[in-house]
Amino acid sequence: MKIRAQIGMVLNLDKCIGCHTCSVTCKNVWTSRDGVEYAWFNNVETKPGIGYPKDWENQARWKGGWERTKAGKLQPKQGGKWRILSNIFGNPDLPEIDDYYEPFDFDYDHLKSAPEMAAFPTARPRSRISGERMEKIEHGPNWEEILGGEFSKRSQDYNFDGIQKDIYGEYENTFMMYLPRLCEHCLNPACVASCPSGAIYKREEDGIVLIDQEKCRGWRMCVSGCPYKKIYYNWESGKSEKCTLCYPRIESGNPTVCSETCVGRIRYLGVMLYDADKIEQAANAPDTTDLYDAQLDVFLDPNDPVVIETARADGIPEDWIRAAQHSPIWKMAMEWKVAFPLHPEYRTLPMVWYIPPLSPIQNAAEAGKIGHDGQMPDVRSLRIPVRYLANLLTAGDEAPVVQALERMSAMRAYMRAKTVDGVRDEAIAARVGLSGRVIDEMYKIMALADYEDRFVIPTTHREQVEDAYDLRGGCGFTDGNGCSSGISGGSLFGGKRKALKMPEAM
Amino acid sequence: MFQNFNLDFIIFGIMPYVALTVLVIGSIARYETEPFTWKSSSSQLLRRKQLIWGSILFHVGIIIVFFGHLIGLFTPIWVLDSLGVPYWLKQWMAVLIGGPAGIVALIGSTMLLHRRLTDPRIRVTSSFADILIMVLIWLQLVIGLFTITQTLQHMDGGKMVLFMEWSQSVVTWNVNAWVNVVDVHWLYKLHIFLGLIITILFPFTRLVHMISGFAAPFRYLLTRPGYQIVRSRRSGDAGPASSPGE
Repeated sequence: MKIRAQIGMVLNLDKCIGCHTCSVTCKNVWTSRDGVEYAWFNNVETKPGIGYPKDWENQARWKGGWERTKAGKLQPKQGGKWRILSNIFGNPDLPEIDDYYEPFDFDYDHLKSAPEMAAFPTARPRSRISGERMEKIEHGPNWEEILGGEFSKRSQDYNFDGIQKDIYGEYENTFMMYLPRLCEHCLNPACVASCPSGAIYKREEDGIVLIDQEKCRGWRMCVSGCPYKKIYYNWESGKSEKCTLCYPRIESGNPTVCSETCVGRIRYLGVMLYDADKIEQAANAPDTTDLYDAQLDVFLDPNDPVVIETARADGIPEDWIRAAQHSPIWKMAMEWKVAFPLHPEYRTLPMVWYIPPLSPIQNAAEAGKIGHDGQMPDVRSLRIPVRYLANLLTAGDEAPVVQALERMSAMRAYMRAKTVDGVRDEAIAARVGLSGRVIDEMYKIMALADYEDRFVIPTTHREQVEDAYDLRGGCGFTDGNGCSSGISGGSLFGGKRKALKMPEAM
Repeated sequence: MFQNFNLDFIIFGIMPYVALTVLVIGSIARYETEPFTWKSSSSQLLRRKQLIWGSILFHVGIIIVFFGHLIGLFTPIWVLDSLGVPYWLKQWMAVLIGGPAGIVALIGSTMLLHRRLTDPRIRVTSSFADILIMVLIWLQLVIGLFTITQTLQHMDGGKMVLFMEWSQSVVTWNVNAWVNVVDVHWLYKLHIFLGLIITILFPFTRLVHMISGFAAPFRYLLTRPGYQIVRSRRSGDAGPASSPGE
């Protein structure tokens, strides 16, 4: 047993209102720079839809994540080391920027500088790459917002696998949900495995996956390796970039920017202890439907005395063990089993988990006819097909998703009985395998979601490993080259390219 | 002092040392002081078209040509003699391997150069150095292929041995080696001159990714058991803990 700690995240999709505050604040902090205009370390997709970049979930096309070979070996889906090296001159699985979208800006200046004309002046789009006029914007980071576009295109969604999807194109049967996405900071990251330079690594202390900008050579294998397409190639700097889980904030005990600014309070951050020795075995489970359970087996109970003792021996700080014991992630993923990994079938053991959304009852006019399980509606009659959620979260295994939805539904029924009727109905709790006391706690953390309950983040212990005296006058976070901005104007070694000529007044 | 001025001496006697010095010191300086700029500068994300084929053809061809020159020029002549390889045979091998590889590289680099100059996205995101080095390499390939027409007129290997002696004399500090190549055809001279220019430009352009490219297989296959990399502050393998790039 080799115990490590990881900062995990849970997103309660039942409460996501699709406001994109997470994406925008993340963008402002991390990717408002040349070369990554098209990159959204955090984005929110409307589902069903093909997402961003296009069709990212279809690994038959993009070859992201891992596969179990016929011989039972685990290797990146884009190929083993030799194959990755042989693709170094031209990566056949790399998306083109148009698969994300061509970044654009508008001729805003024209609105105020245009001479008097018969027609109102307009701000027309212009490419942020070439500076050329774009006659038509073909795609964007959130092209399918609130079910935008035709059903025939949206329904290419990979999660419709095994579903008779035609009826969901009808107005009466349509459904939607939001899916905010960011780097999963996987336990078995495929990006790390794909990097020939060894520039990507997972941090032992908190599990954050980072790219060493000074070691990255721009071989771009990580972009195709990541099944979530959450590594972005910066076409200006020639280096790959990714979500850092806002590590400077996490290290000081603050939540990530996306979590801090989430108005729906859907995001949770906390510590998970896991057994590093079990990772490979868990990621290599024979059936994809075993992967969710296999990942649960990797996590360790922070209240188990043996685990605590071993964690101490492995150098996990005391406050991290304490944080693990109060981790909202542990409660939702392990105790209540309401949170699930995103696409466990990619075999990356992702660490950003999701609580599936409840949805209105399908065909409410016939509500009397459909199955009511006592006081609770049958979750299989909800508008979002259980199979769809299972394809998203448990590699198609419906049972765990059904249980989670039933528990959330029971939480509502129990709390309604408690607050409206003043009755503590233990029967409701018992029917979903919980107790009233547990539901009270679920309610506190999942529904009320106070700041202190959502974010249980111990600070990092730099004082144990570095001499702060050496850090005087440091410059905090930069892109590389110490205190340099990474791109120096008059440098012999590759200056900045000339500024893009954006439109002049007409 | 200028009555002794001799262009051949400058180019074949002096310039190799200048080029090698710039190559070594410049590369080390860049790697040490500006590691963030050390990259392949791939433009595949912006335009896939013409890149996959162009890049593969170019790289495969140029790698064969590169090692062909390296091995061909710097294998000591006594090694050939003791192995009993006749000079004419070695020259035929050079023509038969290097020629087709050069043509493949030329096709690839023509595709890449065309793409770089005509695709608006690639053109506008290219630096001056990106275009310059591409043009120089294209020219070098053309000149190199034209020298084959000269080579085919003297297949006894004599001229080839002259070039081998010159190359090896340069790295063994025999400064009078330049007289060896005074009488060769001007195409060879131009080819060498351009090669030295490219060597000088190496540290200042994206060409530095060659070193990483040759190192990558060793790094990836040999020095890295398994796939995963975990860095720890405690065990001190995180480099400087304050490294802002982490």
